[in-house]
Amino acid sequence: MNAAVISALPNDRKDTRNDARFRWLLTAAALFVLVSLAGAALSMLWGGRSVLASEGLNFFFSTDWNPVENKYGALVPIYGTVVTAIIAMLIAVPVSFGIAFFLTEVAPRWMRAPVGTAIELLAGIPSIIYGMWGFFVLMPVMRESMIPWLDEHVGPLPIIGALFRGPPIGAGMLTSGIVLSIMVIPFIASVMREVFMTVPARLKESAYALGATKWEVSWDIVLPYTRSAVIGGVFLGLGRALGETMAVAFVIGNSVNFTTSLLEPSTTIAALIANDFGEATEEYRAALLLLGFVLFIVTFIVLALARLMLNKLARKEGN
Amino acid sequence: MSATIASVAPRNNTGLYRRRRITNAVAIVLACAAALFGLAFLGWILWTLLAKGLAHLNLALLTQDQPPPLEAGGLRNAIVGSLMMCGMGVLVGAPLGIAAGTWLAEYGHRSKLGTTVRFVNDILLSAPSIVLGLFVYAAFIMQTGGNFSAFGGALALAFIVLPVVVRTTDEMLRLVPVQMREAALSLGVPQWKVTMQVLYRSALPGIITGILLAIARISGETAPLLFTAFGNEFFSLDPSSAMSALPLVMYKFAGSGYENWEQLAWSGALLVTLFVLAISLIARTVLLRNKIAND
Repeated sequence: MNAAVISALPNDRKDTRNDARFRWLLTAAALFVLVSLAGAALSMLWGGRSVLASEGLNFFFSTDWNPVENKYGALVPIYGTVVTAIIAMLIAVPVSFGIAFFLTEVAPRWMRAPVGTAIELLAGIPSIIYGMWGFFVLMPVMRESMIPWLDEHVGPLPIIGALFRGPPIGAGMLTSGIVLSIMVIPFIASVMREVFMTVPARLKESAYALGATKWEVSWDIVLPYTRSAVIGGVFLGLGRALGETMAVAFVIGNSVNFTTSLLEPSTTIAALIANDFGEATEEYRAALLLLGFVLFIVTFIVLALARLMLNKLARKEGN
Repeated sequence: MSATIASVAPRNNTGLYRRRRITNAVAIVLACAAALFGLAFLGWILWTLLAKGLAHLNLALLTQDQPPPLEAGGLRNAIVGSLMMCGMGVLVGAPLGIAAGTWLAEYGHRSKLGTTVRFVNDILLSAPSIVLGLFVYAAFIMQTGGNFSAFGGALALAFIVLPVVVRTTDEMLRLVPVQMREAALSLGVPQWKVTMQVLYRSALPGIITGILLAIARISGETAPLLFTAFGNEFFSLDPSSAMSALPLVMYKFAGSGYENWEQLAWSGALLVTLFVLAISLIARTVLLRNKIAND
C-alpha cells in the first residue's frame, strides 16, 4: 500500500488505462448478449431465405409438407405446437394455482418449505425424462383405456366430438399436451409460490382479521396484488411448452398429415426439427431453419410479454 | 366461531355465511387435490425412473462403450462426451456471463442499454433450446464446412450457460453493499481492482451457485446437441469431430425397441437425473451458507 502511495503518479495513469480497458471488456461481453439474440434470429432467417422466397405466405397457410417434392406448407406443425401448448396450459394452470395456494395458505407450516423445495428441484429435471416416461408409461395407458373411452363417450358429441375421435394409437396431441402439462406444473407452481410469498403479511392479516376465509384471502387479496406476475409466470410456462422438444418428440407420433383429432399422430415445430433435421437435404434443412425462426418469433413474443408482466410486480415492490 | 357471528348477525345473512364457508371448504379440498395430483404424477415419473434405471446401474456403464443392438455394453463414450462438452460450454459461457453480469450491475445498472441487455438476457434465459441448436448450426457448423463437431455442441451449451450466469452475477453483485465499493474506492483502489478483489470475493458464493445451476441445466439438454455434436457410436476425444452425449444416446436408444438399448437409456436417464439433482442441491447449500454468513 505504502509503495503505491509513493509512486502515485505513474500508477495513476496506468490505473486509468486499466480501468478503461476493463470497462470496454465488460461492455463488449454485455453487447455480446444482445448480439447473440439478434444473431440467433437472423441466422435462422438467413438459412431459410430460399424457402421463404419460393413458398411465400403459403409456408404458413398450407398443410402440404412434402420434402420429396420440395413443398413446404407448415400449417400442421404450427397448429400442433399451438394446440399442444393450449392443452398443457388448460391442465397446468389450475393445478399449479392449486399447488401454490396449498403451499402458501393451506398446508401446515412444517410442510411448506420441504414440499416447495421438492417442487423447485423437480422443475430442473431434464425434459427428455418426461418424454421417456410419456413414451413408456403414459402412452400404453392412453392406448388401452383413455382413448377408447374418449372415442366412445366424447367422440359422438357434436362439435367437440371431432377432437376426440380416432384409433387407439396412443401418440398424439392430447398425450403430448398431458406430458407437457406435467413438465410445466412444477415450473409454474414454483413461480406462483414465490410470487405469492411477496404479498405483504399486513395485507393478508388485515383480511383475516376481518373474518375472511383462506380462499377469500387468496382470491381477493393475494391474486389481485400479484396478478401481473402470475400472468407472467403462466406465460413463462407457455413459452416453455411452445418450444419444448424432447418431451414432445417421443409422444407426438410425428405425422405431417393434417388431423382435427387430438388422438391421432401429429407433430410440432420443435419435434419436426428434432426428428428430421439430421437426415434432411439442404433444401429441407432451409425449410426447417425457417420453421425454427417462426418458433423463435412466437416464443420471443410470449416471453417478452411474460417479462413485462413480471417486471410490473417487481416495480410495485420498489426494486 | 362463525356460529357465534351468525347468531348475532341478521337472519338473512346466515345463507351468506354458509355459502362463504362452503366455498372455502371446496377451494381447500380442490387445492389439496391439485397438490396431490401434481405431486403424484411427479412421484410416478421418479418411481418409473428408479424402477427401470436402478436394476442395471453397474460399473460396466462407466467402463464400456455403447453396444450394437442385443449386445452387452455401457455408456462410457456418452458420459465422457457429455462431461467434455458441458465442461467446454461452461468454460466459454461462464466467463462471458460473469463479465456481462458485472457490466450490468456496475456500469449499466440504470442506463437504457442496461435495461435492454437485461431484458434480452431474460428472454435468452427461457428461449427454446432447440432454437439455440439451430442457431449454432446455421452460424457455426454451416460456416465451417458442415461437419458436426463437439465444439459446436459446446458452443450451443455455452449459449444456455450464458444467460443463467449473467442473471445470477448481476443479482449477486447488486446485493453487495455500496459501502464496500465506496470504502475501497476512497482508498484509491482503481475500479477494476475493486471489482476483481472486493466485489467478486463478496459475491463469489452467489456466482458459483449460478454456474452450478447452469451446469445442472445443460447436463440434460438434448435438443441443442442433435445437429451440432450429432452423436457418435464410438469413443472419441477429438472435439473437432462428432461426439456422443448421454442425452443423445438416451434419445436414440429409448424408442429403439431393443431391450438392452432401452435398459441403457433408462440407466442413462437415472444417471443424468441424479447428477442434476445433486448439483442443484449443492447449489442450494452454497447459497444458503452465504445467506447465513451475511446475516
